[in-house]
Amino acid sequence: MCLALPAKIIAIDAATDMATVALGEVNKEVSLALIDDAQVDDFVLIHVGYALNKISQEEAEKTLRLFAEAGLSGEMTR
Amino acid sequence: MKYIDEFRQRDLAETLAAAIDREADHRRHYRIMEFCGGHTHAIFRYGVQDLMPANVRFIHGPGCPVCVLPIGRIDSAIALVEVHGVILCTYGDMLRVPASDRRSLLKVKAEGGDVRMVYSTQDALKIARDNPGRQVVFFAIGFETTTPPTAVALQQAQAEGLQNFSVFCNHVLTPAAMRAILDAPQRAGEAALAIDGFLGPSHVSTIIGSHAYAPLARRYGKPVVIAGFEPLDVMQSALMVIRQLNEGRCEVENEYSRVVTAEGNRKAQARVAEVFELRPTFEWRGLGLVADSALRIRPEYANLDAEQRFEVAAISASDVKGCECPSILRGVKRPVDCKLFGTVCSPENPMGSCMVSSEGACAAYWSYGRFRQPDDAGAVQEGVA
Amino acid sequence: MSRFPMRLDIRRGHVDMSHGSGGRAMAQLIDELFLHHLDNALLRQGNDQAAFTVSAGRMVMSTDGHVISPLFFPGGDIGSLAVHGTLNDIAMSGAKPLYLAAGFILEEGFPLADLERIVISMAAAANAAGVPVVTGDTKVVERGKGDGVFITTTGVGVVPEGLAISGDGARPGDAILISGSMGDHGVAIMSSRENLEFETRIESDSAALHTLVAAMVDAVPEIHCLRDPTRGGLATTLNELAQQSGVGMRLREATIPVRSAVQAACELLGLDPLYVANEGKLICICPAVAAERLLAVMRNHPLAAEAAIIGEVVEDAESFVQMETSFGGSRIVDWLAGEQLPRIC
Repeated sequence: MCLALPAKIIAIDAATDMATVALGEVNKEVSLALIDDAQVDDFVLIHVGYALNKISQEEAEKTLRLFAEAGLSGEMTR
Repeated sequence: MKYIDEFRQRDLAETLAAAIDREADHRRHYRIMEFCGGHTHAIFRYGVQDLMPANVRFIHGPGCPVCVLPIGRIDSAIALVEVHGVILCTYGDMLRVPASDRRSLLKVKAEGGDVRMVYSTQDALKIARDNPGRQVVFFAIGFETTTPPTAVALQQAQAEGLQNFSVFCNHVLTPAAMRAILDAPQRAGEAALAIDGFLGPSHVSTIIGSHAYAPLARRYGKPVVIAGFEPLDVMQSALMVIRQLNEGRCEVENEYSRVVTAEGNRKAQARVAEVFELRPTFEWRGLGLVADSALRIRPEYANLDAEQRFEVAAISASDVKGCECPSILRGVKRPVDCKLFGTVCSPENPMGSCMVSSEGACAAYWSYGRFRQPDDAGAVQEGVA
Repeated sequence: MSRFPMRLDIRRGHVDMSHGSGGRAMAQLIDELFLHHLDNALLRQGNDQAAFTVSAGRMVMSTDGHVISPLFFPGGDIGSLAVHGTLNDIAMSGAKPLYLAAGFILEEGFPLADLERIVISMAAAANAAGVPVVTGDTKVVERGKGDGVFITTTGVGVVPEGLAISGDGARPGDAILISGSMGDHGVAIMSSRENLEFETRIESDSAALHTLVAAMVDAVPEIHCLRDPTRGGLATTLNELAQQSGVGMRLREATIPVRSAVQAACELLGLDPLYVANEGKLICICPAVAAERLLAVMRNHPLAAEAAIIGEVVEDAESFVQMETSFGGSRIVDWLAGEQLPRIC
C-alpha cells in the first residue's frame, strides 16, 4: 500500500508551496504543504503528489551498513 | 535511482539470506505477517520468499485500503455519479474494484458516468475550479499515508470558498486494523490465527510514527518491526523479527529509520486532526464493524462532506457467495483455499477485492506466484510453536 | 498547380461534412493534402484501387486500426505510428513489405493543420521505409463521433522462400531474444496525457523493423518466431507465444534492457515496464545454436544496438513464463489483466 518514492527537490516555488522533484530523470510537481524547511537538493518521500517526509542520508547509510554486517555476526548491534 | 537501487542489491540479498538461515531456529516456525500490501507486492515481485528458509513464512495481511473497503461504499460512490450526476475523482486503484451486481467505477465510466482518474487531490481541486457548474466529489480512500493530502485539499477548498467541491471520506486507521485482526474470533472452517510477529507498514509509519505501535506490541506480546518498502528492507526486517523471537522480546523496532521517526510527521498529523475526527465504528471488509478505526469529516468542514451534501444511503452489501476474501484478508485462509480462485475469479474477472488490487493476496499470488505449490506461498500451517 | 479556384486553407480550416461527401470539397482535400504529400506513381493514377504485379511467392497481408490518443507524442504521431505498425506486422512473418493502403475517418471540426501534420509524417515514414501508400479512403463523421482522426492501414508483402515463422513454432531449448529497451513507447504516451504530466526525455521508439528483419532472416532463416511486443508489453506477447506454442519460458530479469528514465517513470506510477507498450522492438525465438550469430547481426543494425538474449524456451504443461528476478528470487510474468492503471497503493 502507499506507493511512495524518494525524489530529489530541484526547484521550489515558495509562493505556491510547490516543488519540482526529480526521480532519476523524471521530473514531477509536488506539494510541500506537509513538510517544513524543504531545501533544494533535499531528498523527500513523495506520495499522491505530496512530499511526506525528508529522507535522512545518515540513516540510509546506517541501514545499508546493517545489511552488510548481517553476514558478519550472529548478534545484532542495535 | 538513489535510495531505491541500493536497497535492491543482489549481493546484499545473499548476505541477508545467509544470516536468516543461520539465525532462524530450525526447531520452530516463524510466521510473519506483513500488514501492508506494498510489502506483499515486494515479496512476490522480487521473489523474496525464495530466499527464506522453509520455516520462515510470510502471511499476507489486509493492508490494502482497496481490499478492505466494503462493497457498499463503492455502491455509494456509484450512486453519486448515477443519481447525483457528480464528477467523481478517484485514484486509479479504485476503478476496477467490483461493487454490487459486478459493477465497478470503470464500467460506470464506460456507460457514460463522469468518473475521472486523478493522481493527486490537487488534480481534483483543479477539476472543481475548471467546472464551476458541476459538483465534483473526491473519492477519498487510504490509510494514514494518504489522509494528510485529503486534509490539505479540504482546507484549501475551504479557504478558496470552492462551492462545488466535496469529499466522500473512507480513510481508515492502521493500528485499529491490526488490533481487529488479532482480536477477531475464529470462524467455522478457518485455521486458528497464528502470527508470531509483524512487519509494520512503511509509509503509514512515516506519518504516525513508530511509537504508535508500542501499545500493540505490549498488549499482544508480538514483535513489530517497521519495514521499508524495498526487498532488502523486507529481509532485514524479517531478520530483526526472528532475532526478537529468539530472544523472547516483543518490542517495536524501526528498520525504516531513513524516513520513519518515533513521533512521525507532526505537521501532517496536525492537519489531519484539524479536518477529521474518529467514526465510532466503520465496516471493514473481512473484519466486520471495527470501533475507532476510520475517519469522518469534522463539523467545521461539514459543507465539504459529500455524505452531508448528498443523500448517500448507507448500503450494506454482501460479498459474492463463496468469496473467501474475509478470511484471506485476515491471513487465515490462502488464495487456493477459495473455491472461486482460478475458476471464476481471476484478475480479468475479479470477484472480490483480494483479486482486484495488485496488492491483494490473491492477485499477488496469481500474478507472480502460482507456479509454486500453495504451501510455499505463505501458507498458514500449524507448526511447532 | 491546383485544379480548384481557391486553395484549401490548411492553416485555419477544419474538416467539415462536405469533405466526406464525395463531391468537389472531398476531391480538393484528397488532392491538396493527401496526394500532395503521399505522392507516388500509383496514387497519382487517381483510381479507387491500385493495380500492381508481384513476383510469384507466398504473400502476406495485415491490417491495423489506429485510435491512439494523444495524436501527437514525443517521438511520433498517429501517422508515423500507423505506417510503422503495419510494416511491422508484415515484417513479423519474415515478409518484405511492398505496398500500403490508408483509410481515414475524420471527425467534423478536426483542424486541417493537424491533419496535414499527420499526413506529412505518414509520407516521411513511408518514404524512409521505401514502401508507398498506393491507395486510400476518406470519410467524415459528425462532431462527437470520432476522436479527431482514426486511421486504418493495410499492407501486403512477400515472404522469402524457406521461412517458417509462426507463433506456434517455439520449441524447448530455443533462445529468446529482444531487439532493445522495453517500455519506451508507453511511457512517452503517458507523459503527454492529462493528469499524468511529468517532464521526461523519453521518446516513443516507433520505427519500421522490416530492414532489421530482412537482415535477421538472411543470416538465420531457421528463426522460429517473430513478434512485436505492442499493447500489453513484453510480458503479454511472451505469454501469447508460450500458449500458442504449448511451451514455457524462463527469463533473466537482469538481461532485459530498460532505460533508466523509463524505469523511473514506471516507479512513479507503480507500473511494470514488462507490461508497457513498445512500437519499434521485436521478440525473436530461434534455435539455441543460432542465438549468438543472430545477436551479432541484430546489434549491427541501428534499431537493435541493444539487442539481448533474455532467456530460453522450456517444456511446461502450464505454459508459464517464469523469471529469475534481478534480486535472485523467482516469479511468474503473467498476462496483463485489463489495462495497467497507475496506482497509489
